Amino acid sequence: MATTSLRTIGRSVCRVSRRGFSTSCDDKLVQPSSKSTNLYSAINQALHIALETDPRAYVFGEDVGFGGVFRCTTGLADRFGKSRVFNTPLCEQGIIGFGIGLAAMGNRAVAEIQFADYIYPAFDQIVNEAAKFRYRSGNQFNCGGLTIRAPYGAVGHGGHYHSQSPEAFFCHVPGIKVVIPRSPQQAKGLLLSCIRDPNPVVFFEPKWLYRLAVEEVPEYDYMLPLSEAEVIREGSDITLVGWGAQLSVMEQACLDAEKEGISCELIDLKTLIPWDKETIESSVRKTGRLLISHEAPVTGGFGAEISASIVERCFLRLEAPVARVCGLDTPFPLVFEPFYMPTKNKILDAIKSTINY
Amino acid sequence: MALCLKTSRISIHCLKSKMGLLSMIKQDSCLSSLTHPQKPPFPTRNAQNFRDPDANFRMSATLFSARRLKSVKAEKQFCSLDNVDHNQVLDLPGGKVVLTPEMRFISESPEERAQCYRVLDNDGQLIMCSNFKKVGEEIAVKMYTDMVTLQTMDAVFYEAQRQGRISFYATTIGEEAINIASAAALTTDDLVFPQYREPGVLLWRGFTLQEFANQCFGNKADYGKGRQMPIHYGSNKLNYFTVSATIATQLPHAVGAAYSLKMDRRNACVITYFGDGGSSEGDFHAALNFAAVMEVPAIFFCRNNGWAISTPTSDQFRSDGVVVRGRGYGVRSIRVDGNDALAIYSAVHAAREMAISEHRPILIEAITYRVGHHSTSDDSTKYRPVDEIEWWRSARDPVARFRKWIESNGWWCSEAESELRNNVREQLLHAIQVAEKIEKPPLAELFMDVYDVPPSNLCEQEKLLGETVRRNPQYYPPDVSL
Repeated sequence: MATTSLRTIGRSVCRVSRRGFSTSCDDKLVQPSSKSTNLYSAINQALHIALETDPRAYVFGEDVGFGGVFRCTTGLADRFGKSRVFNTPLCEQGIIGFGIGLAAMGNRAVAEIQFADYIYPAFDQIVNEAAKFRYRSGNQFNCGGLTIRAPYGAVGHGGHYHSQSPEAFFCHVPGIKVVIPRSPQQAKGLLLSCIRDPNPVVFFEPKWLYRLAVEEVPEYDYMLPLSEAEVIREGSDITLVGWGAQLSVMEQACLDAEKEGISCELIDLKTLIPWDKETIESSVRKTGRLLISHEAPVTGGFGAEISASIVERCFLRLEAPVARVCGLDTPFPLVFEPFYMPTKNKILDAIKSTINY
Repeated sequence: MALCLKTSRISIHCLKSKMGLLSMIKQDSCLSSLTHPQKPPFPTRNAQNFRDPDANFRMSATLFSARRLKSVKAEKQFCSLDNVDHNQVLDLPGGKVVLTPEMRFISESPEERAQCYRVLDNDGQLIMCSNFKKVGEEIAVKMYTDMVTLQTMDAVFYEAQRQGRISFYATTIGEEAINIASAAALTTDDLVFPQYREPGVLLWRGFTLQEFANQCFGNKADYGKGRQMPIHYGSNKLNYFTVSATIATQLPHAVGAAYSLKMDRRNACVITYFGDGGSSEGDFHAALNFAAVMEVPAIFFCRNNGWAISTPTSDQFRSDGVVVRGRGYGVRSIRVDGNDALAIYSAVHAAREMAISEHRPILIEAITYRVGHHSTSDDSTKYRPVDEIEWWRSARDPVARFRKWIESNGWWCSEAESELRNNVREQLLHAIQVAEKIEKPPLAELFMDVYDVPPSNLCEQEKLLGETVRRNPQYYPPDVSL
């Protein structure tokens, strides 16, 4: 049962990403040199370009040498050599600490944490070191060349330790940026921006979409702006905000709501910190209603921050309380995953009750 | 150059003879000095760990250390196993391992503690036949001058904190030789990732007393823009990465930076400092292991001063200090007398040569004693005997020991001494007065450098805060300008 419903979501993810996402963003990107590409291959392309365009770029992490457990680093070591693309010992704090030192020397250090669930041993290095490196030195030193890639989120069978969405922890840390792409084309452009951004970035990749999401991805080198949200579907009755894999689920809810005569505006936040309040604010000023959805537990999730900020700015314009459709406040469960998840039906219910408030 | 480590063959020879030498002068070694009859500082605490060592272990340990000193790579150590019957070895990705029908546990400790390299005895006299890197008059006098300057700076800044003029301070008393001699053995191209008790390295490289004072007062001229507590120095110009209060987090950074030096084929290495307490942190393990695997030119310098705030080394680890951990990671290591400037200078000099020419990390454990309190927020007499502190302050002062040596060379005299101390003190008092008068950084600096460019949320917060301060100036420090 669980598997069946998740497969359905998987299929819809696939379908949506093939149609909706590629057409909703800059059409100019889809040029003759584009090719149908899945998300891990788009990441792989971005890493190839990053290494090719900057001789001071390095890619490293656990099992990165042979191509990575999700194949994102396939072919990189062969092409660029084992001194620029290499395995590290199994030690997350070592990987990030090493990356900070490498970045502090003016290099582009692209560190892979195999699963976001395993990023916590590196928490101190990210929070106390990477994030404060520039500030504490009065800008004498910085590790802005550091990009931390980590697959996050549900995958249908990941249980506690292959499913987590820890983005909110990092959104509480001034000095780093947190970016989450929704599709292959976005992943490539955003990852290149992160790698070249002069600040340390945590880049969470929706692992469920690695193979499922396929869309036209330009083969050339392009970057997408950070800290800019994107309206990927225009509507007038309610604003939906999300990021990463959750957007495809939300898109499905929007389609179903449309059948019931509700016009939903869907926004991809893309960069969680520093985030684009203005785009959300102007949308909510138009619709008067806001729903936020993420896989991470609802309490203390980043949805809470968005909710509070928008209430501050749009209090008199709001027609209903801000709705949050998120993960439950439990550890990520295995067989209960379909119950835990902020699924389409939960979102649809919340859309309706917000509209009918 | 008495201790020339140009080639590894010579180094084996030197180190072997040094080891022999050390066992000869054992009564005078710094470790035996720990068992001073009247005031044993950390005497028998660790002794129990080394009681019942395995005889076989001793032999294999000796053989193994000889192998390491010959800089033979791990895989090559098993070359001789090529002819061994296949039924008697396990062929693993990491090399061949000999099988044995004998169930034999490796002892938790060697029969003897790792010896401690020393050049100057307690009276500042060269130990006969010592192997060390020669130090000329100019360098020796600068080393001594900087040690005295460091001592004086500690006294003056400590006093300034007690008078409430600065918020915090931590002294380096007892570790002046570690600070200055290790710095002297390096070049300014070598990168420093400090803990926080190594201001002497910065001093050696030319950080001025005024620059120290500006940081401690957190004024506008502080490179850190008043954002960190006193003693969190940093200098891009002098390749000294800014101090942070976190323990051992700088160790993995040192590995990453050293990897960059190696990739750029620079004739430089990285040195990173940490304490005995820091060696218990996960980052220590991460860094040593990464450094060994990545084969980077990094020197890990442990100041084993016996105390991590109030925690003695006996509550910190059960190993023979930190030096023995090197082998666990495949890192060459040495223990030195941390109160002997010449020993430290020689060891760091040799470590630098090996690190750069052989692309390998080196671990140095300097045995010393934290004579001062952990910081001005600490009263160490609450957890250790005053006479223990006093004994180290007087009988084991590294500055006095080095002075005796340069005096015996005719490079120093009491007139020079009093002139130096008076001069430095005056300069420091002046620096403090100047630093105190310089205004604090403007409020805008609160919001700068979080990112390369302040994002909209910070711009918004800056605007709001500005309005609040203008409305209620009485609640905010007047010396920070809007």
